[in-house]
Amino acid sequence: MSAKFTPKETIRVIEKDGLLREVMAMKSRGMRLSQACASYKDGKYELSYSFSDDETLDYETLRVVCDLADRIPSIHDFYSCASFYENEMRELFGVKIELIEPDYHNKLYRIKAETPFLPEDAKAEQKKQEQEISLSGADSDLDLAQAAADEKLASGKKEEK
Amino acid sequence: MEEREKKRSVVPFGPQHPVLPEPIHLDLVLEDEKVVDVIPSIGFIHRGLEDLVKKRDFNEYVYVAERTCGICSFGHGLGYVEAVEKCMNVEVPIRAKYLRTIWSEMSRIHSHLLWAGLMADAFGFENLFYQCWRLREKNLDLVEMTTGGRLIYSVNKVGGVLKDITPDMQKVILNNLSELEAELRDVYKTFMTDYSVQERTRGVGVLTKEQVHDLGCCGPYARASGVARDIRQLGYEAYGELDFEPVVSNDGDNYARCDVRLREVFQSIDLIRQAIAKIPNGELSVPVKGNPDGEAFIRIEQPRGEAIYYVEGNGTKFLNRFRLRTPTFANIPGMCETMKGCSYADIPLLVVTIDPCISCTER
Repeated sequence: MSAKFTPKETIRVIEKDGLLREVMAMKSRGMRLSQACASYKDGKYELSYSFSDDETLDYETLRVVCDLADRIPSIHDFYSCASFYENEMRELFGVKIELIEPDYHNKLYRIKAETPFLPEDAKAEQKKQEQEISLSGADSDLDLAQAAADEKLASGKKEEK
Repeated sequence: MEEREKKRSVVPFGPQHPVLPEPIHLDLVLEDEKVVDVIPSIGFIHRGLEDLVKKRDFNEYVYVAERTCGICSFGHGLGYVEAVEKCMNVEVPIRAKYLRTIWSEMSRIHSHLLWAGLMADAFGFENLFYQCWRLREKNLDLVEMTTGGRLIYSVNKVGGVLKDITPDMQKVILNNLSELEAELRDVYKTFMTDYSVQERTRGVGVLTKEQVHDLGCCGPYARASGVARDIRQLGYEAYGELDFEPVVSNDGDNYARCDVRLREVFQSIDLIRQAIAKIPNGELSVPVKGNPDGEAFIRIEQPRGEAIYYVEGNGTKFLNRFRLRTPTFANIPGMCETMKGCSYADIPLLVVTIDPCISCTER
């Protein structure tokens, strides 16, 4: 008999503000980032970050349920391989993940459609939520950091020219 | 003396390249002949198959899942139906589990021999390439005999399997696998001892155990770096009834990757023998009533490594979400890491050693 493992498989819902803290805890426990993905359900995003323990094969998924216009920090600082997953979530679903490194700027997949996995009514709702945030002037620190990163990139391109 | 400043140049590699059966693009940053950085780009053949799940009946979608890729076809069908079955609490008959295990291992033999041929071709050993693919044909004949297809098996359904492997077929399988095994020993010996093979593989593209963990690599690629992780040890399908240990090597270079994959072919032959010896009589499938509701993650060991399937049902016949994380998707960061510090001439081999499957990756 080779089934030596009876792994625990859990899905734990966490607050988006606690994402980095939880991911850091996973890293410190030696968990491997196994996958990250998004889905759209009942007007919200469900982001799933799955971690695997290579000794026990336990499988833990952190679930962040957030609004369509919510800003989500990149977990790149803890898991450098997260970039592909994060670029994919942003490109296919339009999840506002910020400070991804490397950032493919919606060119990971060479597709014409913008956020093809997000329903049309959800796209309209996302724009509405973004406008409300913009009008309220409640830009987060992440917005400012992303703006700074974009500006740096633009100035670099100008210098190249 | 003032040290001469090394100029950097960027050389594009792919998406069309003789060593690439499928398109991936790499921007290679070079200092003279040495690679110092790699920026990968994928996305040339993205088909959005995951989103198609919203428009196809969950039973029909099995055929879409199988067509994600021509090499790992069986595994994708298996992963999808397992996820739906877990979602719906469907218990598959034991005979169906054994049949799925046998086909899964046939798929692994086919995939690894295909890779071995491509690897031999990449380092210019044409005769070895022919021998690997000749042996692969023997395995494909068995697949054709048992399923009717050579690459797309189409035998999985939610609740079991569609076809049986009769006792007569089992005898043919055992005979042909014995022949294949005997001939494969020569191929394995050539890979492991030939001077020209070792010149191109030993010490090239080393990935440490720690790097494997940090970069999230999986499958034979990770096991070649000493990571004894094989998802089949979870005991899904009939693997819990079979005796095996992960095939591991510790060197982490191209040579170790050849060693692990070829030894896994012998392991697959052994697993098929064990499964045929233990396969019980019984039903091939159970009726499935209702629609999937809830969600499920499933992990299976594809030929290229750990593949993850996620389904989210909503109580209708259309799923809300299907997610497939392929092993190649997880191994690309590791591949880029192995390239840093290598010679430009080694790049084609380093691409091949992850056994890239871009069709799967782009879904």
